[in-house]
Amino acid sequence: MDTIFYSLQEFMTFSKGITYLIMGAILILMPLYWLFLTDRDEKKETY
Amino acid sequence: MGISRRKFLGWFGGLSATAATAATSAIAGSNHHFKGHPDTMGVLHDINRCIGCRKCEEACNTVNELPKPEKPFDDLSVLDQKRRTHADVYTVVNQFQQGKEKVHVKKQCNHCMEPACASACFVKAFKKMPNGSVVYDESVCVGCRYCMIACPFNIPAYDYDSVLSPKVTKCTLCHPRVQKGLLPGCVEACPKEALIYGNRKELIKIARKRINKHPDQYIDHIYGEHEMGGTSWLYISGTPFSEIGMREDLGVKSAPELTSGPLSAVPIVVGLWPVLLTGVYAISKRKDKVAEEEKAEAVKAAENVAEEHLKNQIAKLKLEATKEKEAAIKKEVTKALEEAAKEAEKKAEAKAAEAAPEKKEDE
Amino acid sequence: MMERTSRISLRPMMTPFNVMLGIILAIGCVLTVLRFTGGLSVVTNLDDNNPWGIWIGFDLLCGVALAAGGYTTSAACYIFGLKRYHSAVRPAILTAFLGYALVVFALHYDVGRPWRLPFPIFWQQGTTSLLFEVGLCVFLYLTVLFIEFTPAAFEWLGFSKLREKILKLTILLTIFGVVLSTLHQSSLGALYTIVPSKLHPLWYSGYLPVYFFISSMFAGLSMVIFEGSLAHKYLHHKMDETHLRESEGVVLGFGKAASFIMAGYVAIKVIGLAVDNSWHYLFTGYGAWFLLELIGFVALPSFVYAIGVREKNIRLIQRTALWSVLGIVLNRFNISLIAFNWQLPTSERYFPSWMEIGVSLFIVAIGIVVYRFITANMPILYEHPDYRSEH
Repeated sequence: MDTIFYSLQEFMTFSKGITYLIMGAILILMPLYWLFLTDRDEKKETY
Repeated sequence: MGISRRKFLGWFGGLSATAATAATSAIAGSNHHFKGHPDTMGVLHDINRCIGCRKCEEACNTVNELPKPEKPFDDLSVLDQKRRTHADVYTVVNQFQQGKEKVHVKKQCNHCMEPACASACFVKAFKKMPNGSVVYDESVCVGCRYCMIACPFNIPAYDYDSVLSPKVTKCTLCHPRVQKGLLPGCVEACPKEALIYGNRKELIKIARKRINKHPDQYIDHIYGEHEMGGTSWLYISGTPFSEIGMREDLGVKSAPELTSGPLSAVPIVVGLWPVLLTGVYAISKRKDKVAEEEKAEAVKAAENVAEEHLKNQIAKLKLEATKEKEAAIKKEVTKALEEAAKEAEKKAEAKAAEAAPEKKEDE
Repeated sequence: MMERTSRISLRPMMTPFNVMLGIILAIGCVLTVLRFTGGLSVVTNLDDNNPWGIWIGFDLLCGVALAAGGYTTSAACYIFGLKRYHSAVRPAILTAFLGYALVVFALHYDVGRPWRLPFPIFWQQGTTSLLFEVGLCVFLYLTVLFIEFTPAAFEWLGFSKLREKILKLTILLTIFGVVLSTLHQSSLGALYTIVPSKLHPLWYSGYLPVYFFISSMFAGLSMVIFEGSLAHKYLHHKMDETHLRESEGVVLGFGKAASFIMAGYVAIKVIGLAVDNSWHYLFTGYGAWFLLELIGFVALPSFVYAIGVREKNIRLIQRTALWSVLGIVLNRFNISLIAFNWQLPTSERYFPSWMEIGVSLFIVAIGIVVYRFITANMPILYEHPDYRSEH
């Protein structure tokens, strides 16, 4: 994290890269969190 | 918590120091102004000095080992046509008529400070080097040609003729030569010093000085200082730029800035859409559930009413049945009594009849 | 196991339409050979000023917009809980899956080195590029669509356990599908935000991503109505009672939704003009063309949809659906080919070669043939009797 960014292009390459990884994590963690949240709901039929 | 105060303060201090470093070096791009690498080199093209000899084109062709064109470089009749860069033609000189004068301009990749091609490329095939050159990596290029769409100067060209190894072609600012301490081929070949290679910031100062020294000979504008966020190739001219094929309506916003908005919206969609959509789903499921429950309740209520009704009917019927029974019994009893009465009467009559003839005999 | 699905139709195969399809397919094969032995210059009219032609403008941009029925229909049915659209889901998912698969197929013709198409995702990621975003999302969404399509195939093949496992994922896949669709539909529009200098000011806007996303919604809804009308005519014998019963509701409901969304779209387009103060451009030649697109192919069909819905006129809605689809195609063509490079002199403008057109038709023909095969043999337009109505 101590590289200096000389151009917006360099900065965005770095920041967007991290952002995409975070997006991937969100898409995995959110469904898991949903399952955790609804674990103890009454069971009902779904599709 | 079993941490000593010293340890905690130590942690805290370490964390803040890291955060501070991170904050200073990776500042949010929202308001930060990037100035480019301090050692960025550039080329100053003084259009007034260009005579259209095409020696720069020839040098470029030689140092890059490009295929020789149909018409040789000393054939100046090509200047009658407006040309653009092409596959394996990294630079061209164009000629414009200005009254009685002929004006010549060299055109090639401007090596932008915030290159649109680098911003657009989805395999990172373009890179702005610290020395200012924007270089192209053929080994990863897929050939999508979005860089050609993105470049506001219409510089990148494509090898449409090649079947297996088509590539994008453009000026490299002689990156390999420059790294060896040589000048770019075109700069070296120019007989009129219409091209100077040097540190970009210095070149801007030189250009400023030249304009200020001869204000009647130059338009008061350094083309490339701010256009599209600034370019490494700078131009000064006595003729208005729009009259020599250089667009003056490009603005100062760079390509990364232009796409920053849409790009920033992407992760927000990923963060929020699942929540909103799951919310809609949950609400609609709940609505369905409540509707089902209400329906079940309504059915139950209706059933209860029906049952009540039925019960009442049964009670009524029972009552009627009891009444009927009682009435029937009464009837039977009355009948029996009547019959008994009749019997008795008959018997009485019979007895009376028997007694009557006996009485007659007694006289 | 069903008997009726495995017989090939006894109707004669050599209808004029099929003959035409056959010719297109044959020519397409020849063009494919030419493309991959001669290179792009032999088959296309692309040049350095016009690097993107109809393979991007039609096959990619229109293809993706018109395949949007997949996410809209499944969202309506599973997320919004509108179960009366259930019979429309499978045909819509099939169209979307085939649509996206063919888009990827078409890209193999357009890019210079198609064998390197996995590079941006798996080798070196150009994360600042909106095209990277498009590529990643299309790749993921194609996977989602494929998975959503498999239950129909599994019913045909008899893999009931596998089918059940997949069906449990329905809501997750649907939500993921809407997220991905939002992203790539809008990013296709965002591709052009990088070139304000090349796209005519009436079409260039910071709102391009929003315009593309919103228009994809009514593109999808209209395609479902339009394809439904074609299926009713030519695949009627494949439809079961549920499908037939629900179809009118689908036309009315989707027509209503499309009408309203189109009205909203016109509103945000007008806002875009105001925000950029582009009114004066409306009085130019391009302005007339812009108004033709917005009024003639969005505002008017929106209104006619409304009339159709109010009067429950199914035919009118179906015709308007085709009209709206043409409007979407016009919009995508305008942005990628007509209003793009508008400042170049006419001699430097692009027009597709007949071979480019031939390849595009070839790809559409493949889509039609595969669609017909799948709907004829798999439970798309009807419910498989072994798995009937578990909903």
